[in-house]
Amino acid sequence: MSARQIHGIVRATSPLNTFLRLLLFAILGLFALYYLMPLFVMIATALKPLEEIRTGTLISLPQEPTLEPALRAWDSACVGVRCEGLKPYVWNSMAMVIPAVIISTFLGAINGYALTKWRFRGSDLIFGLMLFGAFIPFQVVLLPMARTLGILGMAGTVPGLVLVHTIYGLAFTTLFFRNFFVGVSDGIVQAAKIDGAGFFGIFFRLMLPMAPPAIVVTVIWQFTQIWNDFLFGVAFTVGDSNPVTVALNNLVASSTGVKEYNVDMAAAIIAAVPTLIVYVFAGKYFIRGLAAGAVKG
Amino acid sequence: MGKVRLDNVWKRFGSNEVIKGIDMEIEDGEFVVLVGPSGCGKSTLLNLVSGLETLSDGDVHIGERKVNDIAPKDRDIAMVFQSYALYPTKTVEENITFGMVTRRVPKEERQKALKEVTDLLHIEMLLDRKPGQLSGGQRQRVAMGRALVRDPEVFLFDEPLSNLDAKLRVEMRTEIKKLHQRLGKTIIYVTHDQVEAMSLATRIAVMDAGTIRQIAPPEEIYERPVDLFVASFIGSPAMALVKGKVVQSDGLKLDVTDEEGTVLFPIPRELTATAKSFLGRELILGLRPESIVKEGEQRGGRQTFAFERRIDVVEPTGPDTLIIFTLGGVEAIARVHPEDKAPVDSMYRFEVDMERAKLFDPETGKRLSASS
Repeated sequence: MSARQIHGIVRATSPLNTFLRLLLFAILGLFALYYLMPLFVMIATALKPLEEIRTGTLISLPQEPTLEPALRAWDSACVGVRCEGLKPYVWNSMAMVIPAVIISTFLGAINGYALTKWRFRGSDLIFGLMLFGAFIPFQVVLLPMARTLGILGMAGTVPGLVLVHTIYGLAFTTLFFRNFFVGVSDGIVQAAKIDGAGFFGIFFRLMLPMAPPAIVVTVIWQFTQIWNDFLFGVAFTVGDSNPVTVALNNLVASSTGVKEYNVDMAAAIIAAVPTLIVYVFAGKYFIRGLAAGAVKG
Repeated sequence: MGKVRLDNVWKRFGSNEVIKGIDMEIEDGEFVVLVGPSGCGKSTLLNLVSGLETLSDGDVHIGERKVNDIAPKDRDIAMVFQSYALYPTKTVEENITFGMVTRRVPKEERQKALKEVTDLLHIEMLLDRKPGQLSGGQRQRVAMGRALVRDPEVFLFDEPLSNLDAKLRVEMRTEIKKLHQRLGKTIIYVTHDQVEAMSLATRIAVMDAGTIRQIAPPEEIYERPVDLFVASFIGSPAMALVKGKVVQSDGLKLDVTDEEGTVLFPIPRELTATAKSFLGRELILGLRPESIVKEGEQRGGRQTFAFERRIDVVEPTGPDTLIIFTLGGVEAIARVHPEDKAPVDSMYRFEVDMERAKLFDPETGKRLSASS
């Protein structure tokens, strides 16, 4: 018996048990390696000078790490004929994702609140139809949506993309908020009605302050979806209004002469960083929100 | 004025009739308890008065006003919910003053009203806390504070005590009664707990399947229930309802026969005239536990009658001991002094006060009265 027993840890009790346990960890380790390898290659390559890529192997560590490729990817690599790096496209994506997330989350919150706390004839049907919207493959709507944007005069613009993402995000944001508000006691709304508060008074003064967990989940979801979207970006924008995902594709495709893998990798990392940041920051509030709800009882 | 009047009130959800034409008149300052099994429509009826549900048919008057189309906030009512329904993100103070802030009551007035209520309920020290930091009893107080601060003509309580533990429930019950005596405001109170109903009400309305079976002061509901439903619902432990046949044998008797033998209960004197028409037919005898005691212990009973049965179960409750036995195929309970208890399975001489026994017509369920 070992001198120190840690409470709650199940120890192997027989040789077979030990063997199975080693096998378990070997398989888990293999999967972890499989998952982390591409990330490692990506980061390592992004930090290597071009010379090292040509001579070294894919998985070797960078001998002379450099930020040169990252800087090139940010503001001087060529995307098509425009050689300003990803920078302008990152701003495009920001200009698209921030309003789209805010508007779709806000509307989803109102929808979820109305569908649970102000039920009306057919509200379940409407929710069912909205849920159906979450399962529509987006390829189906490309052509009608392009026509609609054309009629609205928003074709090929960032605001047009904001509109598209807001509309197609509503199914999910409504779902998230409905599921949250359905767990909120109807008595609170009834008490507030007797206290004289109206639809929006109850929403802004009582419901939204209770909803941070739902808000954080929705924001993470919407931000990731919209930021990573390629299909709508490539279909509904042209050249200068491309979001960063489309620009990344163009950057990788439009290298002339020697292929700069390090710049490509760095550009991919740049395109992925904002969603990671959202996870790191909002994820913390997400956990906190859950814990606060748990002790309320 | 805190008068409430319901005229032929109906509530339907689709084809489901929840309230079926209720008429009720509540005087200013009354404490009316709506009681009944779950699903009988008592909470719905309360919500019709509050305006949280809309009427399908009929009229609701509060004071002199018809309020059918008046919003809950303008009905001069306040409500306490079963779930308390406190606003979780607001402090106790903000919870209590929420309605006044909504109605743009000036700050000084708000503070004055808040102070009055917190003094009354002893919750000064809780004002800065959130509902999540309060115990069940404290939440209950805050919920009442939120209602009291409105100073309405009518208070509506929707099972306010059912989430509390037994001891706290009894304490808060007394407190609610004190509050009513002190404020003298009309209260309509919903509960499924008949003990709560008996102890609080000036009048009880016993509801069943969307109708009111009987509305009367607690003593009358208890002593003179109109039918079998009210008789079996009110009273704990419940009244024993024993089937018997009316026979003529040295006076009018009720013949209850089971495997232990036959018992001939004398018909209560004042009911003999009415019972005569049932000669040869069945009647249901209703006996409350406290009207069955050990032989010779009946205090002041004017028409006592003794019989013998085997003891099934003995349940001491403290002040009294309950002896459970079988009579005419149903379970009956006697409430005896603790020192009068006897071993299980032994034969026991019980005595009933027939003056307090009730008789019911098994076909209509109605209680027989001297006049009918």
